[in-house]
Amino acid sequence: MSELEAFRHDVRSWLSENCPKSMREAVKGFEDLYSGGRNPEISNPDQKIWCDRMAKRGWTVPHWPEEYGGGGLNSEEVNVLQEEMHLIGARRPLDSFGISMLGPAMLEFATEEQKLEHLPPICRGDIRWCQGYSEPNAGSDLASLQTKAEDKGDHFLINGQKIWTSYADKCDWIFCLVRTDNSGTKHEGISFLLFDMHQPGVTVRPIKLISGASPFCETYFDNAYAEKRNLVGEAGKGWTIAKYLLTHERAMISSFGTVQGKSLGEGAISVYGKDHSGRMSNGILRHAIAQYQLDAMAFSTTMSRVGEEVTSGQGLGAASSIFKYYGTELNKRRNELNLAVGGESALGWEGEAYKEGEVARDWLRSKGNSIEGGTSEVQLNIVAKRVLELPSE
Amino acid sequence: MALVLNEEQVMLRDAALGFLSENATLSHLRKMRDSDSASPYDMNVWKKMVEMGWAGIAIDEGHGGLGYGFKGLGILLEQTGRHLSASPLHSAISVGATLIDKLGNDIQKAKMLREISSGSFLPTLGLQESEVHNPTSISTKAEKTSTGFRLSGNKVMVMDVHACDNFIIIARTSGASEDSAGLTAFLVSVKAAGVSVARTPMVDSRNYSRIKLSNVEVEDSDVLGEVGGAWDGLSETLDVANICLAAELLGLSEEAFQRTVKYLQERKQFGSFIGSFQGLQHRAAEIFAELELCRSLVMQALQAIDDNSHELPLLASATKAKLCEVAQRTTNEAIQMHGGIGMTDDYEIGFFIKRARVLQHIFGDYNYHLDRYALLSGF
Repeated sequence: MSELEAFRHDVRSWLSENCPKSMREAVKGFEDLYSGGRNPEISNPDQKIWCDRMAKRGWTVPHWPEEYGGGGLNSEEVNVLQEEMHLIGARRPLDSFGISMLGPAMLEFATEEQKLEHLPPICRGDIRWCQGYSEPNAGSDLASLQTKAEDKGDHFLINGQKIWTSYADKCDWIFCLVRTDNSGTKHEGISFLLFDMHQPGVTVRPIKLISGASPFCETYFDNAYAEKRNLVGEAGKGWTIAKYLLTHERAMISSFGTVQGKSLGEGAISVYGKDHSGRMSNGILRHAIAQYQLDAMAFSTTMSRVGEEVTSGQGLGAASSIFKYYGTELNKRRNELNLAVGGESALGWEGEAYKEGEVARDWLRSKGNSIEGGTSEVQLNIVAKRVLELPSE
Repeated sequence: MALVLNEEQVMLRDAALGFLSENATLSHLRKMRDSDSASPYDMNVWKKMVEMGWAGIAIDEGHGGLGYGFKGLGILLEQTGRHLSASPLHSAISVGATLIDKLGNDIQKAKMLREISSGSFLPTLGLQESEVHNPTSISTKAEKTSTGFRLSGNKVMVMDVHACDNFIIIARTSGASEDSAGLTAFLVSVKAAGVSVARTPMVDSRNYSRIKLSNVEVEDSDVLGEVGGAWDGLSETLDVANICLAAELLGLSEEAFQRTVKYLQERKQFGSFIGSFQGLQHRAAEIFAELELCRSLVMQALQAIDDNSHELPLLASATKAKLCEVAQRTTNEAIQMHGGIGMTDDYEIGFFIKRARVLQHIFGDYNYHLDRYALLSGF
């Protein structure tokens, strides 16, 4: 038996013994995702059990080095683990910004001490992180941010306001872009700072969205305190880290484009019926669904192709620059089609008959996909400038 | 690693690019167009392609081919799309050889595939009868005679007749028009009595003809495969052929796009490079995104041919539909973004839009294939 087969054997028997039954059922909504933290939100006690067991083996973040709490697995082993989890329908034990965004940036830019302090609690799900990026006057133009961090010798004092801070009301720590210097261009003087959200200088107010949910907050800093040792990278050089982290955020958001629920075609047939040739009767809607489905398939294949290019050592190709833009636009198209196919039932806002407005609320939430993490227009600017090398004037 | 090229495939691509950029470029095509030659392509260039093994690139080694599979042929076609190189790679190779492979008996295959690989046999398919692709709508009739069949009917859009030896004619031996049963494939010599050929110059300056069959006599041994049983093999061949057309459309569209981006980088108006205008930048960036999707589909579909995937019909229609859509958008934008100069015959960008529309049309356009894709998806 090869080493990899032996590993698969071990994974399979370990999973069958350790993955709770209820963690083998499909995730129904955001509330089924487990994000950890000091006071974790739990819809089922098995969530924490499953996360703890996986964390002990380093498998909440299997590809990170073992010394930081990861599994130290190579890409083949990660694939085996994912395949085996997929086989029994096991849920991901832990979903968090610490894993998807902060971790990759820290592995690239943080000191050894910083990694040893902050990464293991991420892997264990002990600390939940939020992202302090956007400000009321710094959205697409993120580098205009004004939240100030004043150097007080061994610590910084932070004053200012962030907005669209995801789950700030549920998080323990924040990775935050602050201005430590105002003398240069707007990209200079930005620093990447980590600090605790549970302190008197931090106030959080949830924002209610058009979908009725409040995943985002306004976050106010009034003499908030950050230890100097929690500055990642050099003071004033945070923009490079910020951009690196954004590529990971965009990769996460673009994966929405590959979500495929119940077939839209089937749904449309149940509403409009079929003609004698087997075609769904409303030809206009049929065209829109076919074009959407084709584009979604092509997008999925493109994500696989980029994955193969990376695995084969060709590096992250130019195609990856379209993911955020294309994935989120696709998700919006899908949601519009859900509305068209669902008709009356898709417009319901409350009540069991309407699943508490699930379709409508998802549709409204999807409008934010092409705004958050860099608007579609900013993404197209980036492709034009970096990939096509079109001139700036 | 189905979606990336391996080392051998990269070498093939680079060799093709090197050869075509010297021997079969757009200026060669222009010269051919402006001469009155009926020859569909430069015979010397084709001879060299045969010497490099291109005729048998997708044919297995047992039949004298190179065994690179359709991924290999797709790589060549992408490059012929970039350079707008004329050759019989569609007519005789992706269509002709595939149909013989799908329908022929062992003896026919052994003889003809070997001859195709060596460049000594060039078949071309006579299928289409009306304005648009509708492969079961066949009125060409084949009546049984004592020693064979007698064929009568009309075909359009037959490729490269002026360099071919044999037609493969799809005719009806039984059933009503629109029936898939009752179709038969016949090998018919281009020089057979009762065959008349009229060249039909098309916008892409390649070689197409209408042919008329009036009581053309063929032998029983000229039937390719089973009498009345051509449909399955024909349908599979059309899937393969459409993926191959899509591979050429990919190369063509990428080349037209790259030329357009270059123009945006160089052309100045209002004191600025026009490529700095956001109105143009976003349109160009969107096309870039669409072309990346196209590349993924073409790679996936070519691999599916080589893997004998059961999803081939779905992937073929998906790929052809998407490539038609994006090639149309890209070539339209190429003209618009070039402005006035893009409208002139002296400038080369116009050649791309002309070739694109013909490739889009052959064996089913966007409308045909998106409809088929939806049907195959169950709606």
